[in-house]
Amino acid sequence: MSENWIDAGPADRIGAEDVAPFEHGGRQFALYRTADDRYFATDGLCTHEQVELADGFVDGTIIECPMHNGRFDFTTGEAKGAPACVNLATYPVKVEGGRIYLKVED
Amino acid sequence: MSAFVARDYSLTGPEAERAVAAGLASAKWYSPPTSRSELKKLMQRSDQPAIRDTLIWFAALIVSGGLGFYLWGGWAAVPFFIVYGVLYGSASDSRWHECGHRTAFRTPWMNDAVYQIACFMILREPEIWRWSHTRHHTDTIIVGRDPEIISPRPPDVLTLVLNVFALKTAVVFAQKLIVHATGRLTEEEAAFVPTSERAKVYRTARIYLAIYAAVIVACVWSGSILPAMYVGLPSLYGSWLQLYFGCTQHLGLAEDVLDHRLNSRTIYMNPIFRFLYWNMNYHVEHHLFPLIPYHALPKLHAAIKADCPPPYPSTIAAYLEIIPTLARQLKDPTYYARRELPPNASPGPARAAMAAA
Repeated sequence: MSENWIDAGPADRIGAEDVAPFEHGGRQFALYRTADDRYFATDGLCTHEQVELADGFVDGTIIECPMHNGRFDFTTGEAKGAPACVNLATYPVKVEGGRIYLKVED
Repeated sequence: MSAFVARDYSLTGPEAERAVAAGLASAKWYSPPTSRSELKKLMQRSDQPAIRDTLIWFAALIVSGGLGFYLWGGWAAVPFFIVYGVLYGSASDSRWHECGHRTAFRTPWMNDAVYQIACFMILREPEIWRWSHTRHHTDTIIVGRDPEIISPRPPDVLTLVLNVFALKTAVVFAQKLIVHATGRLTEEEAAFVPTSERAKVYRTARIYLAIYAAVIVACVWSGSILPAMYVGLPSLYGSWLQLYFGCTQHLGLAEDVLDHRLNSRTIYMNPIFRFLYWNMNYHVEHHLFPLIPYHALPKLHAAIKADCPPPYPSTIAAYLEIIPTLARQLKDPTYYARRELPPNASPGPARAAMAAA
């Protein structure tokens, strides 16, 4: 098993306190930027009913699912509000040269 | 023409399997074209509007209830109890709804607190209804999947009439409270309430029963029905307006379509109604974007109305459609009111559904 840093595009494509989708290798991810310019990444689909989180609402470090208002802390993946009960997987992220990189295992 | 076969609206019958096989369960729904930046602004949460409205709501309950108490024993108390009843048994519906979505307030505990209070008032067990409402948003008016379809086809007129004062609702509620208090769920509830959440259901049912028992004891002790006029009975005598509002949301419109523009109504209402209903009259908008708080729904409506069927100018206009539709469905259950999209509206499941109709 190898770990790869995947280029997920320009970091500034994600607005402050917002979320953006990223697809790689048939998998969907959600990339987050906090109000103080920290970056995070989680699986892109809500663990409740697989709705795309990139259409959701970011408030602080909480992502809210656009369909059912389920909540997760995207810094840890922890489910914080029903109907989200199962945590999200998180992935290491780094920003270099203005681009955001996501570390996934193949 | 072949004879109509009544459909099974339960979540555990053959229609549930049919909906899954037809691709209608947990499906992709139509979403109007909107910019992320615009949506982000509309989704912003704030405590201020909901704090203001909740204080007004509580103040109105206290004033109407207080005047009812002062005038108790005479007919002059009646209008104040009518007002108290509507505030308790009807306005609580919209508070249940918005706070259940956790969009009314920005602060989580405020949403949770008002949610719990409103649930008790509107005869809805908080955990059960949180999960059933989740399913309603996943599969809105999909037969066999949506537990909140207010009336089947042909319409169950008797239930609708009984529920003007929540009589059928109250009987079902009481039966389920007893089941839940014994640590069980119904088969249908087990279909959508996760195992991890069930202990909360049982605990809340026991609390509710304890409250009702205390009210009954207070009535017996005081020799008067007055305690129940404040807690318990308003869920019945005050529920008529929430049914009046609630029937406008989806009743008589299309079933089994993946486009909320076809199965939901947006209705213009006066400011008093909108205060009581917390802007749920923008029901198409709410289903299209459940993250947007009630106070931003008028702005959302303005942003997307070119893509949606024309709103109804009033609740009366909505009922001028609903009542004849229900009457016709008694003879022809396949009939429903078709919403027409504007000529330049975005295509989607609506266009395909209209073409197939």
